[in-house]
Amino acid sequence: MTEEIIIAGFGGQGVLSMGQILCYSGVMQEKEVSWMPSYGPEMRGGTANCTAIISDEQISSPVLTKYDTAIVLNQPSMDKFEDAVKPGGLLIYERNGMTRKPRRTDINIASIGAYDASVKMNNTKVFNMIVIGGFLKIRPILEMENVIRGLEKVLPERYHHLIPLNEEAIRKGMEIIDFEHKLN
Amino acid sequence: MKELRLMKGNEALAEAAIRAGADAYFGYPITPQSEVIEYLMANRPEDRTGMVVLQAESEIAAINMIYGAAGCGKKAITSSSSPGISLKQEGLSYIAGAELPCVVVNVVRGGPGLGTIQPSQSDYFQSVKGGGHGDYKLIVLAPNSVQEIVDFTKLAFELAFKYRNPVMIQSDGIIGQMMEKVELYEQMQRTENDYDWATTGRKEGKSATFVTSLQLQAEEQEKVNLKLQAKYREIEKNEVLFEQHLCDDAEYLLTAFGSCARITRKAMEMAREKGIKVGLLRPQTLYPFPVEAFNKIAPQLKGILCVEMNAGQMVEDVKLAVNGKTKVEHFGRFGGMIPSPDEILNALEQKIIGG
Amino acid sequence: MSENLIKPENLVYKKTDVLTDRIMHYCPGCGHGTAHRMLAEVIDELGIQNETIGVAPVGCSVLAYYYFNVDMQEAAHGRAPAVATGIKRVFPEKYVFTYQGDGDLAAIGTAETIHACNRGENILIVFVNNGIYGMTGGQMAPTTLEGMKSSTSPFGRDVKTMGAPLKITELIAQLPGTYFVTRQAVHKPANVRKAKRALKKAMEYQKLNKGTCFVEIVSNCPSNWKMTPAQSNKWMEENMFPYYPLGDIKVPEEK
Repeated sequence: MTEEIIIAGFGGQGVLSMGQILCYSGVMQEKEVSWMPSYGPEMRGGTANCTAIISDEQISSPVLTKYDTAIVLNQPSMDKFEDAVKPGGLLIYERNGMTRKPRRTDINIASIGAYDASVKMNNTKVFNMIVIGGFLKIRPILEMENVIRGLEKVLPERYHHLIPLNEEAIRKGMEIIDFEHKLN
Repeated sequence: MKELRLMKGNEALAEAAIRAGADAYFGYPITPQSEVIEYLMANRPEDRTGMVVLQAESEIAAINMIYGAAGCGKKAITSSSSPGISLKQEGLSYIAGAELPCVVVNVVRGGPGLGTIQPSQSDYFQSVKGGGHGDYKLIVLAPNSVQEIVDFTKLAFELAFKYRNPVMIQSDGIIGQMMEKVELYEQMQRTENDYDWATTGRKEGKSATFVTSLQLQAEEQEKVNLKLQAKYREIEKNEVLFEQHLCDDAEYLLTAFGSCARITRKAMEMAREKGIKVGLLRPQTLYPFPVEAFNKIAPQLKGILCVEMNAGQMVEDVKLAVNGKTKVEHFGRFGGMIPSPDEILNALEQKIIGG
Repeated sequence: MSENLIKPENLVYKKTDVLTDRIMHYCPGCGHGTAHRMLAEVIDELGIQNETIGVAPVGCSVLAYYYFNVDMQEAAHGRAPAVATGIKRVFPEKYVFTYQGDGDLAAIGTAETIHACNRGENILIVFVNNGIYGMTGGQMAPTTLEGMKSSTSPFGRDVKTMGAPLKITELIAQLPGTYFVTRQAVHKPANVRKAKRALKKAMEYQKLNKGTCFVEIVSNCPSNWKMTPAQSNKWMEENMFPYYPLGDIKVPEEK
């Protein structure tokens, strides 16, 4: 198993930490992992993205141009990465703020209303965890217990009391993600 | 039990420096390596091991603080990125001339000038050919993973003290910024030795020790140079490191160092899937360069593609090494651009197989 | 040898062991020799010869490590305070000093000087100011006086294009990191005694960890001023001292 993922959105949407949580969870599940951020002008506001690779084998390149999965959280990111999904791959997008739907027909497409769900949970900070839940529902590459252990590693100890809330958000994401286009 | 962590290359380097028993870090912030000093400041190595960490007023001051601490026989390390490394060249020349041990890390970004903050490998010449004045060499290590940056930090101190020579770790924006699984070593001792070449305070009844790179007489300075050259020949004999992948039946060879070798390996895997018999040779030491390894494999090859994130620097050493025995071409992206595996495969097919 | 010629009971002066027997290369009449001797005697009297590490600059005193019988490092031009920082930080219990000229300290090394003092590094900086680049043959220094001729200001220093002579010692005294800042001379016995007292205090203060001590010694350069030693001392009194007045600039507050 090798899952090559690009996660992209606005700075502040938790894009970079999503990749880190997935990778740390991968470490807990004894996978090989690699996380590479876009850094530079983007990190000072605007769009941010990171590449997360989780694999059973040694990872060669940490930087890629084609991905198994693209998780896009704003329109510029969809514009940039829709074409970078490998044929047969997966595109997940956040519904809020999108002005157009994806055009590809040779990939799986799913959408999620993570922002609205986070508002209903009274905590927009768990937005990215809802998205992670949606992704793991479709690509169950990581066990929930390992994701929780990954969170324990990523979050400073003073935030560990928020882990149950994050778990709830992941489960919410698993509930609310919908396929828009499914191959076969 | 081994301690596994997911760490950024820059943070792993900082943690590795503490655990390797470094006595002092002096540095100045610059993207994309500021996480090194940030990590050190946040982790209070002064409390953990007594290691000194100081933010200097400039890279020039930092490298001269390194000179002072290294002259005392202490394990001193600094890090910077390309424009900052240019500023350190004066100090590096003095350190090489005075035969002091130290570790310098360059998290390379695109140049020339202020350039870009994105990853690059365009400081190969500066590191390997001697970026400052005078005939001197740095030992240059080129890690390609977060794990290797940790392992090479320890190795760098060992080599620096073995040869009393500055050692450069050539990282780049990719290695510095990426996170990978890393296994850390146990905490090692800080320096306890009282080296006879170091200024630690005069020993009673003995004449004082001094650290200098100055000889007023040319005859004396030539002797210093001959001694340095003899040391460099020893280093070339003993310290070459490289990795080979699928080279046994290779008709073609890809070669690359550092992060670029990771991308190139992906291209090799793609080429193998297409039935192309291609191997990968990755120098882990850029100086000393694996001349013999290239020399040995050259006769079986139809050509070598040297892939670099620069306009063609290591390719010159590859050409010198194979000495006309096989065709050598270069493929590079530069100015902060990263080549894709597809581009590399395409270049192999165009420049080497079809060329 | 001298022991054979002079009976011990008649010996009135003996060179300190903190100076080596090597013949100094300084020009006749130059103040460096006296300044070296005063510093060496201070180290001797404090009994810290084996706990002292010095830093030599680029300039006339580049070979100071041949003359001081203490461990020393030779620094790149202007970088002595950074080198001394590196030494002091790994050996906080040692006595660390730099010995620098005006070009080294106040031109190419201004940043290192100011920042070492601003951090309050617990080191002694000895600054020998003779208003000229001696070793390279009499070029203009940051401290060259207005109208003073040098090989790179052959018609005299024109402050409109070359800037005014830099009073770096007054500048240094403004920094909270400095503890004791003084300006001395070594051209007359009375001055020599005062300078030595200042150097001794400055060196002793290192034990207190209160900050940087900075001792300027206004000196002469007969060769490059193109004067006899006696003329140069007179010229120094008449021209240098009015601009660079002797005396303490910053003294520790008495408790």
